[in-house]
Parts: sequence; C-alpha cells; structure tokens
Amino acid sequence: MTKEQVNHIQETRRILKQFSRKRGNLIPILQEVQGKLGYLPREAMLVIAGFLGIPAIDVYGVVTFYNQFRLNPPGKHSIRVCLGTACHMKGGYIALDAWKRRLDIDSGETTPDREFDLDTVACVGCCTMAPVTVVDDKPQAQVEPTKVDGILLSFELEKEKASKENL
Amino acid sequence: MKTVSLTIDGKEIRAKEGEKVLWVALDNGIYIPNLCVIREALQSPAACRLCFVEVEGKDKPVTACTEPVIEGMVVNTQGPQALRLARTAFELLMASHPVECAHCLSRDSCELLKIAPHLKVRLKIKRLRGLPRGLPIDSSSPLFIYDPNKCVLCGRCVWVCRERLGIGDISFAHRGFQRVVATFGDEPMARARCSACDECVTVCPSGALCFKDGKGPKEELNRPVEKSKS
Ligand code: SF4
Ligand code: SF4
Ligand code: FES
Repeated sequence: MTKEQVNHIQETRRILKQFSRKRGNLIPILQEVQGKLGYLPREAMLVIAGFLGIPAIDVYGVVTFYNQFRLNPPGKHSIRVCLGTACHMKGGYIALDAWKRRLDIDSGETTPDREFDLDTVACVGCCTMAPVTVVDDKPQAQVEPTKVDGILLSFELEKEKASKENL
Repeated sequence: MKTVSLTIDGKEIRAKEGEKVLWVALDNGIYIPNLCVIREALQSPAACRLCFVEVEGKDKPVTACTEPVIEGMVVNTQGPQALRLARTAFELLMASHPVECAHCLSRDSCELLKIAPHLKVRLKIKRLRGLPRGLPIDSSSPLFIYDPNKCVLCGRCVWVCRERLGIGDISFAHRGFQRVVATFGDEPMARARCSACDECVTVCPSGALCFKDGKGPKEELNRPVEKSKS
C-alpha cells in the first residue's frame, strides 16, 4: 500500500468517528470524506462499506450515481465543460471532445500528472457565452477547439515561467 | 387460506387471495411477459414494465407482478392499452440490444426471443433509432461471459447474488444510459468471489450472462408451480 493510501484510510477512519453505523449516513459520509480527500479513492470506499456493514458495490453504486462524487483525484486545474441546453446546441460536445483529445483523458478523469481534471456540468448560468467551459472557476466563452489549445498553451507558458523564476 | 375466483382472458380461475396476477396467470398456462421479477422474492421491483394487463373497473393498465388478485376480478392480458405500454417498453429495451441471435450463446434459453413474438414486435426494432452501448465484453471468468451490451437491467442476477446467496458482489452502478450491472470498481468478474460462482448466470434471461460452452443450466424463467390438488 502506498503512503497516500494509508493516509486516505486514516483520514476516512477519523471522519467515521462522527457517524453512527446507519446506512442512511452513507451520503453524508461520502460528502465529508470527499471534502477532506478531494475525491473518493477505492480504499476509502472499502473502509466506509466495512463501517456501515454493506457490500462495497453498494457504496460504489451510490458514488457512480451522483455527479457530485469523484472517483479520481482533483487535478491542479479543473476543467468543467458545460453541456446545458444552450451549450449543447452551440457545440458543447465539440468542446468536450477537444478537451478529451488534448488531455487524453475521459470525462470524470484526471491526467496522470494530476495537472488537469475534466468533467461536465449542466448549465453554469451564462448561456450567452455558449459553449462555455469553466476553467478553474472562471467561465470561458465560445470555447472552440482552437480556444482549448490557447488555454492549454497559456497554462504551459505559466508553468515555464514559474520554473524559470525558481531557478 | 382464503381463495377467490377471478377470470383471466375469459378463463375462470380459483387462486389464493392476494397472490399476484402474474403468478396466477403463469400457473394457469397464460403467459404474461416478465423480466424483472423472481418468484421467490417477496416483492417485485416492477422495473421492466413488460407485464402490463388491463383489469375491469380500472382506467389504467396495471403491472401484473404487483397486482394482487381479488374476488370477482376480470383480467385481460390482451387489452390494447396494456399491450401498447408493454410493446413500447420492449422496443426501448431492444433499441440498444445487439441482436445477433445466430451467434448468441443464450439463444436456446433467451426470454427476449419468447417475448418478441408474444408482443408481435420484431427483435430488430424499426420504430426507434438503434443506440448501441459499445461496452467491452468481460470474458475473464473461466465459466461464463458477461456482455453488458445485452443486459436488460432486469436485476435478477443482482437479487440472486445478494438475497439467495447473501454475497452481494454485483449490483447496478453508474446512471442513465450508462447504467450497468457491475462489480466494485468495475473490475472484471473473475475476481475472487465471482470466479467460483455462477449462480447469477443461471437466472439471466438474456445473453448478458451466459456459460462459455453455451450449455450450462439456465433456470426456466419463473416456472409455473404445479397445482396441489385440494
Ligand atoms: S440475448 Fe436473446 S435476443 Fe439477444 S442476441 Fe442473444 S438470443 Fe438474440
Ligand atoms: S446481467 Fe442478465 S440477469 Fe443481470 S440485470 Fe442484466 S439481463 Fe438481468
Ligand atoms: S415483471 Fe412486472 S414490471 Fe417486470
């Protein structure tokens, strides 16, 4: 087991101390654990299932049902592609495909270097800017594939600059 | 035990009060399509929506797997409203089902092959656009194959694993069109507990779970119970 996994288990056990072993506590527990760890790793789900005395697949079923739960660690930058009605009509899926291709991950996943995580949202409330992608909490307007390249490039430049300054 | 008399499709029948219409019909040789219910279960999830029947005095069709029989009940399994609902439910199921019966290991036991002619619906749906799921087939188990593309989400395997065997290793996961029967973490079925067990395969009504040799025992779906002579 990696150090990170051991740490996840300890944190999960600590959080479980505030809860009784009632099945109805499953969702509040998952929310607390994700709030602390940023996502719901396998080892945490197994500890939770054991605590509540339910099959692990029941925890997994709930985690994969609700959009708010994540199975992958958050990246340094979060990419949220809007697929609300307006963005859907204006090519939200084209934007999503562009992100998937450039980052080489699927929606709901994180790049192996943990720089970016990708997910979809349903309407962020600025439909006039469609198709929108929320990048690190900032909505970006009219996200066409070239804009995806632009945004990724600016992150790269930032990173280069930062590493130069650190020299 | 109190018995009641009722008619199903004009046939006069005596049955235990409170027994579900579906079981009474099947035991009396009247077929009603059904996928999601298991006889030994206390309750039907009423999820497949294939067992609709019409009952005199009710303005809407009801699901036979949840409707208890009462004295004087008049049931019609062939009512146009009920059949329309059942047909649409079946068409929706089949719209994402890869129909390849010639190569399917389950073709001898497949319940879908029985339901289609009964509802007078073709297996290859014309009315709806096909929407294949494109999921990978899991053949990790030495005994059986799990093809989620052919799964009708009836939940029989889930029930058997959890309630009959008390294991609870598979269940529904993900949401909407992505919903599938899965193991924890979507791992291959050959993991520890599933590798030695194949009970779920015997109750699967479609080709989603089938034995690799195509021969293993498949339970006849909700077999009629012999009537005791009393
Ligand atoms: S599951 Fe049934 S309907 Fe589907 S391909 Fe196999 S035999 Fe045909
Ligand atoms: S795998 Fe078979 S038994 Fe299980 S839900 Fe799918 S169709 Fe039903
Ligand atoms: S058998 Fe009645 S709804 Fe499935």
